[in-house]
Amino acid sequence: MFKKNLLFLFFLFIGATGSIYAQFDIPKIPEKQTSVYDYVNLLSSSKKNALEQKLIRYSDSTSTQIVVVVISSTKGENIGLLTPRWAHKWGIGQEKEDNGVFILLAKDDRNIWISPGYGVEHKLTAGTLGEITRKIIIPEFKKGDYYSGLDKASDAIFEVLSGTYKASPKNTSGDFPFGIIVFLLFIFVIFIIIISASNKRGGKGGGKRKKDTSLLEAIILSNMGRGSYSRRSSSGWSGGGWSSGGSSGGFGGGFGGGGFSGGGAGGSW
Amino acid sequence: MKKFLPWIIIAILALGAYSWGKGFNNTAVELNENVKEAWGNVQTSYQRRNDLIGNLVNTVKGAADFEKSTLEAVINARAKATSISIDPSNVTPEQLAQYNQVQGGLSGALKSLLVTVERYPDLKANQNFLKLQDELVSTENTIQTARTRFNEAIKPYNTHIKTFPNMLLSGIFGFDEKPYFDAEVGANQPVEVDFSN
Repeated sequence: MFKKNLLFLFFLFIGATGSIYAQFDIPKIPEKQTSVYDYVNLLSSSKKNALEQKLIRYSDSTSTQIVVVVISSTKGENIGLLTPRWAHKWGIGQEKEDNGVFILLAKDDRNIWISPGYGVEHKLTAGTLGEITRKIIIPEFKKGDYYSGLDKASDAIFEVLSGTYKASPKNTSGDFPFGIIVFLLFIFVIFIIIISASNKRGGKGGGKRKKDTSLLEAIILSNMGRGSYSRRSSSGWSGGGWSSGGSSGGFGGGFGGGGFSGGGAGGSW
Repeated sequence: MKKFLPWIIIAILALGAYSWGKGFNNTAVELNENVKEAWGNVQTSYQRRNDLIGNLVNTVKGAADFEKSTLEAVINARAKATSISIDPSNVTPEQLAQYNQVQGGLSGALKSLLVTVERYPDLKANQNFLKLQDELVSTENTIQTARTRFNEAIKPYNTHIKTFPNMLLSGIFGFDEKPYFDAEVGANQPVEVDFSN
């Protein structure tokens, strides 16, 4: 509730201060959250599809979301401010990692801007992004080949980012193996206690008591087996759900809520 | 029963007052933390610009007979800007205005430096300089974004402590209204860099 109010005030405020600047209305977060939004049909559908699938595959393996948006014009707004604002509003990249990259292409302004999320800006510095724009994107755009400019730029970004983030199955963080270890340790300790107890009592007590403990042992053993089995299988299932979500045409799990500082670089052609 | 009725009423009132005060205070603290965080980002981005300007000055100095006056204006403005620091927890409007002014002065000096650079083709072909220029433009945008978010963080805080009946409690708990950032001098004309060459 509080967050909603804050969000409301946020937009209210943007609306109130917007009169200073020319204002571009950022579209609402789309229902289908994928990697390429070509609002002016700049790319042919097959090429758009190729780029989209490539970026989705990259997100599946690294969790880093790269989103390309093509618009006609920023309506006079500074593209260097609009790009990170848009990316921040859509929340591109994962929330914890902030590993989103947003590429905004304003076709009729002949401007392009690339903004990195908080989590990737140490690698994708403005200098690096500026170089990618100058050396890779602009030459292709000048030839009129928008697809290959974007395609090659994404390759360059992959290269810069290589090894920064790995995709992890959703909802399994670092404490998952820790939990298993504690669980196994706990079972082990109980096991030892039972063994030692049954050894002590074994001589004194009759057969009935021994039967009891062995029954207890059997229950615990079977529980242990079931416990670890069900854990393993559930993690496998969520992993499958994640990747199959990705291949069905969009980012698995949608935009993750990554943040943007406002930096970035670009150019015009 | 009649004997206890006033006590029950007093207890209910006390409980109501307590939960009202608690709710007010905790929300105000939370909003205040947001403001502090936003301020941290503002300062980080200004600091980043200061660092970059050091590199910029060195790179530009290397260019043959670069206009001394433009360069010195930047150096002086930078020295002025670094001399002022602000404690975000009790900032007065005057302090913030002063901070805004010196940083705005630096923005202006920087802008004219970048315009002057246009006349130096050697610099414009220098890869290091181009990267530095990208970094500076990026940092200017980060500053603008951080300032906008700072103002956005202040708005709910001020609204919370100034609206009735919360304003009755603001003084008791010691929450003061916080000043907004005014637009930086010339901030609505961001650094223009000509990429076309």
